[in-house]
Amino acid sequence: MSIRERLSGNEAIAVAMRQINPDVVAAFPITPSTEIPQYFSQFVSNGQVQTEFVAVESEHSAMSACIGAQAAGARTMTATSANGLALMWEMLYIASAMKLPITLSCVNRALSGPLNIHNDHSDSMGARDSGWIQLYSETNQEAYDNLLQAIRIAEHKDVLLPVMVCQDGFITSHAVENIELLEDDKVKEFVGEYKPDHYLLNHKEPIAVGPLDLPAHCFEHKREQAQSMINAKKVILEAAKEFEKLTGRKYEYFEKYNLDDAEIAIVIINSSAGTAKTVADKLRDNGIKAGLLKIRMFRPFPADEIAEALKNVKALAVMDKAESYSAMGGPVGAEVKSALYGKADGIKVLNYIYGLGGRDVRADDIEEVYNSLMYIVKTGQIGETYRYIGVRG
Amino acid sequence: MRGKAKEMTPEVTWQEITPGGTIYETGNAEGYKTGDWRSMRPIWIEEKCTQCMLCPPVCPDTAIPVKDSKRLDFDYDHCKGCGVCFKVCPFDAIDFIKEEDKEE
Repeated sequence: MSIRERLSGNEAIAVAMRQINPDVVAAFPITPSTEIPQYFSQFVSNGQVQTEFVAVESEHSAMSACIGAQAAGARTMTATSANGLALMWEMLYIASAMKLPITLSCVNRALSGPLNIHNDHSDSMGARDSGWIQLYSETNQEAYDNLLQAIRIAEHKDVLLPVMVCQDGFITSHAVENIELLEDDKVKEFVGEYKPDHYLLNHKEPIAVGPLDLPAHCFEHKREQAQSMINAKKVILEAAKEFEKLTGRKYEYFEKYNLDDAEIAIVIINSSAGTAKTVADKLRDNGIKAGLLKIRMFRPFPADEIAEALKNVKALAVMDKAESYSAMGGPVGAEVKSALYGKADGIKVLNYIYGLGGRDVRADDIEEVYNSLMYIVKTGQIGETYRYIGVRG
Repeated sequence: MRGKAKEMTPEVTWQEITPGGTIYETGNAEGYKTGDWRSMRPIWIEEKCTQCMLCPPVCPDTAIPVKDSKRLDFDYDHCKGCGVCFKVCPFDAIDFIKEEDKEE
């Protein structure tokens, strides 16, 4: 029997980490993810885990320590937010290029400036091309479930890539929700033991990690790394299937909500999907065929599957809680439009920037987006496709 | 899968190359000759050398071989010409010249 609890998103992540009992955690506190290493260090002090907790002096050091520990052969985890993730930047690319299956809980927060500590997705979206797998979570339950699956995905022999599990800062990280936890022994069995083929502490096979990689070979290594990301698609589904057998909770690349017969739809990530579902339900009650696609897996990006899921939609709004300053929209918008090209042409696509710097996303805002889509379906007039919602002026 | 440094030929394909660039053996730097990076060249003046042993441990490239507690001539295959040995020598037993000024 699973355990019914009430936990905040940060508590849920800390509990998952306690149950995983990693060999090493190296972390530096930053709002809103601070509570994760704080709770976890209590588990360490209480002797509830056997983890070596490394209290580092910065996030650059946190990721460096994670890289060293994982290369040594230790299962390693960390957590951060916003500028903390930005300070890890250099090392994020090195972790993925060295094929080290580190797991990181990213509690999404606006990347300064202007100085702001509230939620948007500019931190993890900025790291989208760093070679990390990215899973996003609508709720505390999803954050917990994604982190348990992340271990299986990262350490799979066909993948060996680091995984970032994202949830919305304050909105999910600090709000207490009902949650179903697995028993400790079931988690232990599900994640299994970390058994790398090659690691620095193996005295029977001395190895060199991170050597100079000049033009004769670096390109081949990058191609191999790209293949790992391609392979991850299959592995992520396999891990989800096994997790479903254990918990009854189903995970895929994305969640389709009222989408199969939808004429208008929204693509969205993380907690605002909950708000959007409420609005979609209300519109359905009024006979409007409104649907929603919530992306769980952003890296690798499920382009073919998204095109298939959206091919019958007439008008679509892709919601971005991050700017990319391309003067044409945000990162999710760019990926979704690219996915549709040549596979589901003819769909009218808007790209909205919303909720930057922690601006509340209200049901009214989402309803306004759906109303714009209805107007496009009715009139065929699309107008400006790069839009902001919820901003004054 | 090719895992040893000598197997990393210019022909190795991405399917055969080791993930992450890891080499499944150590001591690989010896096989990579960095002497041609040098623009300055240290010259050991054996008659002034007292074998005080200050220079071998400061060499970042282990390019001052030591045998039977005595230093030998520079390993020019690996010396990058940083000049640290020249700075540390108290007996002017190491000269430091431009690479192009060396006597053939």
